[in-house]
Amino acid sequence: MRTENQKAWFFVLPVLALVAFNALVPMMTVVNYSVQETFGNNQFFWEGLGWFEQILRSDRFQAALGRQFLFTFLILLIEVPLGIIVALSMPRKGFWVPVCLVLMALPMLIPWNVVGSMWNIFTLPKIGLLGYFLNDVLGINYDMTQQPLSAWITVIVMDVWHWTSLVVLLCYAGLVSIPDAYYQAAKIDGASPWSVFRYIQLPKMKTVLTIAILLRFMDSFNIYTEPFVLTGGGPGNSTTLLSIDLVKIALGQFDLGPAAAMSLIYFAITLLVSWLFYTLMTKDDAE
Amino acid sequence: MKKRSIIPILYIAFLMLPIYWLVAMSFKTTNEILSGFSLFPQTFTLENYITIFTDPTWYWGYINSITYVTLNTVLSVCVALPAAYAFSRYRFLGDKQLFFWLLTNRMAPAAVFALPFFQLYSSIHLFDTYLAVALAHTLFNVPLAVWILEGFMRGIPKELDETAYVDGYSFPRFFVTIFLPNIKAGVGVAAFFCFMFSWVEMLLAKTLTAVEAKPIAAVMTRTASSAGYELGLLAAAGTLTIIPGAIVIWFVRNYIARGFAMGRV
Repeated sequence: MRTENQKAWFFVLPVLALVAFNALVPMMTVVNYSVQETFGNNQFFWEGLGWFEQILRSDRFQAALGRQFLFTFLILLIEVPLGIIVALSMPRKGFWVPVCLVLMALPMLIPWNVVGSMWNIFTLPKIGLLGYFLNDVLGINYDMTQQPLSAWITVIVMDVWHWTSLVVLLCYAGLVSIPDAYYQAAKIDGASPWSVFRYIQLPKMKTVLTIAILLRFMDSFNIYTEPFVLTGGGPGNSTTLLSIDLVKIALGQFDLGPAAAMSLIYFAITLLVSWLFYTLMTKDDAE
Repeated sequence: MKKRSIIPILYIAFLMLPIYWLVAMSFKTTNEILSGFSLFPQTFTLENYITIFTDPTWYWGYINSITYVTLNTVLSVCVALPAAYAFSRYRFLGDKQLFFWLLTNRMAPAAVFALPFFQLYSSIHLFDTYLAVALAHTLFNVPLAVWILEGFMRGIPKELDETAYVDGYSFPRFFVTIFLPNIKAGVGVAAFFCFMFSWVEMLLAKTLTAVEAKPIAAVMTRTASSAGYELGLLAAAGTLTIIPGAIVIWFVRNYIARGFAMGRV
């Protein structure tokens, strides 16, 4: 059991100082901007909650938010089951295990802008491998820079390519922690593969799966670099996700007030949904 | 049982295709790339790599990136170690709230912080230094390092600490000579994840640098400018960014999966 000791705070102090410096100061800057109006020259005027109201009511924000939720929903829908399936069918021991793990983890270690460039090169019609294959071999009319649907599919496939391995690695970690005795017992009972999955493997994967879903939610909801490099938010606004829109407003148009208000709304939504996920998925443990 | 292995094989093939294409492109001349489709490089060339290794503005991009990533990894793990120890061994006022607050920093979109970070680090005269990027990246790496290390430390029985104190060890000596060797797998995993997230993050790194500490990502945007769109050069630069990650992952291959599995949540 952990003992009560208030001096433990001294151990936490360096972390606290570092993270507070990085999190609180910028956060207060954002809060500061969000309630003021500026016309340059560092002159600011009190604006109150006007920006928040304007952002929440604007069609542009609502559309970007809608796209963001759709994107996150779709990638979770694909990556989580796919990750579980791949993890279940991986070998448990032997020479191929480290090889599989290293190859699978490779996409996660590629800088995000390179991921974007890489998929850009990969999908170029005429000269990219995928673009050539779809257009000239299969005869499907595919051009990511012109068709919103193609752009969406490409962005989703790219994210599946990039991050499914995280779900695989975590689920695999849960699976290898199951003692062989469990499987032997199931065999004696004549359990079907489905009931082995449902009553032995799934409960064992629950903790890691919670972490996987939480991390995938947070990271996909904050995604910026990869789709920005790949599509630039286009064609039109079709793949302009929340972060891309935010950077357009903040650094492109330099509308600091609306951008700051939007940042805070954005952060609040991420926090709220993460908290909901967390409480829902850990509810059974508490009971 | 053999039939099952078709799924991982297909999955890995899917992962390798875009990587293969990037590597193949890096050995082609710009002319060949633009003139049409070819599965293998027709005129194999190392010119793209030679350009990168002979032009200081190119290779300094890699040196800069590796420098701030290393700095960040060391910094994150060093401050996370005592904090993780405190979380794993003691209860104290506000410990749960503090732990959750640390984790919320991983939820903040980097895009939100880009501009305030720029202003913050400019005002303390750290703009365009390695330290600025390393410090900025601790925002999401320190919480992660604390989370992973705490999981590993909880697995070490408390009796180890007590025995050491009875034997007359002081806390710092106990921590360095007895405790650390026991959790070195955890330190490895935490360092790996810090390296990974700092290496792949580009938005903040680009925002906080201009010339001196410019990361490779910012250098890569050059391929799209003056001399037209040099895809071969871009592909070669991209291929080179995969290598440090691949090396690091090989060292921790037996621990990567365990790192997250041991965290709390």
